[in-house]
Amino acid sequence: MLKVAVVRFPGSNSDFDALRSAERAGLHASFVWHREADLGGADFVVLPGGFSYGDYLRAGAIARFSPVMQAVQRHAAEGGPVLGICNGFQILCESHLLPGALMRNAGLSFVSKPVDLVVERTDTVFTSAYAAGARIRLPVAHGEGRFAASEETLRMLEAEGRVVLRYVPESKGSPLQPNPNGSAHHIAGICNAAGNVVGIMPHPERAGDPASPDDGAGFFISMAAWQPQASTSKASSR
Amino acid sequence: MSFRVHVRVMPRAGLLDPQGQAVEHALSALGFPEAGEVRVGRAIELDVRAPTPADAEARARQMCDKLLANPVTEDYLIEVEEG
Repeated sequence: MLKVAVVRFPGSNSDFDALRSAERAGLHASFVWHREADLGGADFVVLPGGFSYGDYLRAGAIARFSPVMQAVQRHAAEGGPVLGICNGFQILCESHLLPGALMRNAGLSFVSKPVDLVVERTDTVFTSAYAAGARIRLPVAHGEGRFAASEETLRMLEAEGRVVLRYVPESKGSPLQPNPNGSAHHIAGICNAAGNVVGIMPHPERAGDPASPDDGAGFFISMAAWQPQASTSKASSR
Repeated sequence: MSFRVHVRVMPRAGLLDPQGQAVEHALSALGFPEAGEVRVGRAIELDVRAPTPADAEARARQMCDKLLANPVTEDYLIEVEEG
């Protein structure tokens, strides 16, 4: 059975949701405390949402220096899959495992509501269960989720197809819930060049129903379907 | 020797600063319409043990690059108190 390590920082709050979602998809999931130096042989790492270290200085800035992050860096460098959700995405950016940064929401207020998204990358180990271009609805809950990067980085992300999830743009009269935070290019989630490190602001672990791959459960169903001997790039042939 | 170091971290010019905008609106509503171009950053003070002020500044610069500021979105200014 594939093993998932859910890393807990002081201030994590989506850790149980992530653990349960992974278990319901048939994965073996366990917690790894941030002071630990290894991941216990996990196939996947999930950095859950929350407010690690109270978001002191900047969201994710202090968690980056937790001992476990060295193990996460090694895991990622060896091609191991890493999923950062919300605060986990912020930590991945602060750790330079993903480019860019997540800034204060454009509207200034904390947003906690469902948003509509398009799954643009379905060849990552976290999104293979979705149909390309699938529109899904997931909750967001963040104060600092506005993705920002230099024009050069944004161009690179687009050119290399590294936008995994994209918010729907605001459109008058549309019933869809649009970009809630002013993210550049409506970016809700990206991956690294190899595709094994994925960071997303929305919370699939809070919208999980194992019967349907169309909502958040798809992330965990994708993980359960992963065959580790196949490389990340081969996942696209499924 | 120890030097008092003042670090000012500001959102990079050109990037949207919603905090600054909100403060500007609040100032205007409070009867200060002359306030404009408000930006909100962060001030950090620390003692740095170093042989010279230049060394203290160099170390503070490394601290900014590694932790105190986000190189993607923020700029910083360092001032070292003499003696």
